[in-house]
Amino acid sequence: MEVLLSIITMGAMGFLFSLGLVIAYRKLKVYEDPKIEQVAEILPQANCGACGYAGCRAFAEAVVKGEATPNSCPVGDAEVVKQIAETLGVTAAEVVKKVARLHCRGTHEAAKNRGVYIGISTCDAAHLIGGNKQCSYGCLHFGDCARACPFDAIYMSEEGLPVVIEDKCTACGKCVEACPRNLFELHPVSQGIIVFCRSRDRGPVSRKVCKNACIACGICSRACPEAIVIENNLAKITDYKKIDPEKIPEIEKCPTDSIGRLKKEDEG
Amino acid sequence: MELVAIFISAILINNFVLYYFLGICPFLGVSKKIDSAFSMGLAVTFVMTITAVVSWVINHWILIPHELDYLKIVSFILVIASLVQLVEMFIRKISPPLYQALGIYLPLITTNCAIMGLALLAALRDYGFAETVIFGFASGLGFTLAIIIMAGIREQLDLADVPEPLKGPAIALIVAGIMALAFMGFVGMIK
Repeated sequence: MEVLLSIITMGAMGFLFSLGLVIAYRKLKVYEDPKIEQVAEILPQANCGACGYAGCRAFAEAVVKGEATPNSCPVGDAEVVKQIAETLGVTAAEVVKKVARLHCRGTHEAAKNRGVYIGISTCDAAHLIGGNKQCSYGCLHFGDCARACPFDAIYMSEEGLPVVIEDKCTACGKCVEACPRNLFELHPVSQGIIVFCRSRDRGPVSRKVCKNACIACGICSRACPEAIVIENNLAKITDYKKIDPEKIPEIEKCPTDSIGRLKKEDEG
Repeated sequence: MELVAIFISAILINNFVLYYFLGICPFLGVSKKIDSAFSMGLAVTFVMTITAVVSWVINHWILIPHELDYLKIVSFILVIASLVQLVEMFIRKISPPLYQALGIYLPLITTNCAIMGLALLAALRDYGFAETVIFGFASGLGFTLAIIIMAGIREQLDLADVPEPLKGPAIALIVAGIMALAFMGFVGMIK
């Protein structure tokens, strides 16, 4: 009798409570697209914010809503984009893998020091007082970029310049922000020719402070006028796709080595 | 007068977190920011108050008349679990950011022993209906007070120079211990 009574009591209470919950669920249900969860799982979960959204989940919501395209995640590789596109049933645009590249070849040896700098050893601090180098455009060698990199893709070489490990680089852009002299830029991996200088000083001036500075002599732009121009005393690549591979040796005749292909030591 | 005594004692003297050491899980888990600590406190207060009411009704109208006292724990668990589900749905509906901030600790109110302790203590002490309601509500307030103070201290701790091995949960536990000692000062306020 007692067993029966307790079964009935508990059963009735359980039924009543679940009834209440069912009614509440009907009233308070929040519809959430199950695709958001699926997309969020595919994403790299670095939560770096490089896509412009607050973390991977927010990006997933935006992609599902159609506000962002699957390939706007700079960290995710082609596989990630393909998976997201499959989940959503859209065709993915080809992602161009980008990497960060340094636009300076002012090694310890090449770029002359302005004096002995004994301040706080960050680029930011050195930049505030005008830098430790005579060149006011080049690398300061303190490695703010390497510290900023969330993927350990940058290390400082013995020559003093940061080296980007292209396999690890995800083009999140943290180093671009971190460099007080804006020496980093995101380039497609396929871009072969790079200007390794940002100095806008006139040729004689920049040559005096750094062996590897662009002196705006124009050898490269004469070799390939449709893709390279000289602007503000600096060589500038207007469209890397137009560079004829056959002309690369001529471009690399650069007397200061400030334009050309990445060398072994640049690639890491 | 009796009600006032219960009210004050549940908030300050016999505080669930700092006197009985019940409900430590959300107390440490959600006390990193004052905002979410406050919301957690409100959620727990709500669940505690309603639990107190419903469990009193069940205890006095169903269990005691039918001499089913041994079903107390099971039926209280049922009440608490359903209420937490309700609160969870409600918060998810009205404030998704809050839902995200409370995270796993929201469904974990179900297993928050402070709430179970509240229902059992009220039954044990043979409180009347009004006393139970006041007790539940005040216990919730006491929890909120404790978790907000804790969150305030922990926000300051982020800026403090804490020795490396003590960072994070370690210093939080020490702070909780010191707070409990401080609250011991209230004992004897009501005879």
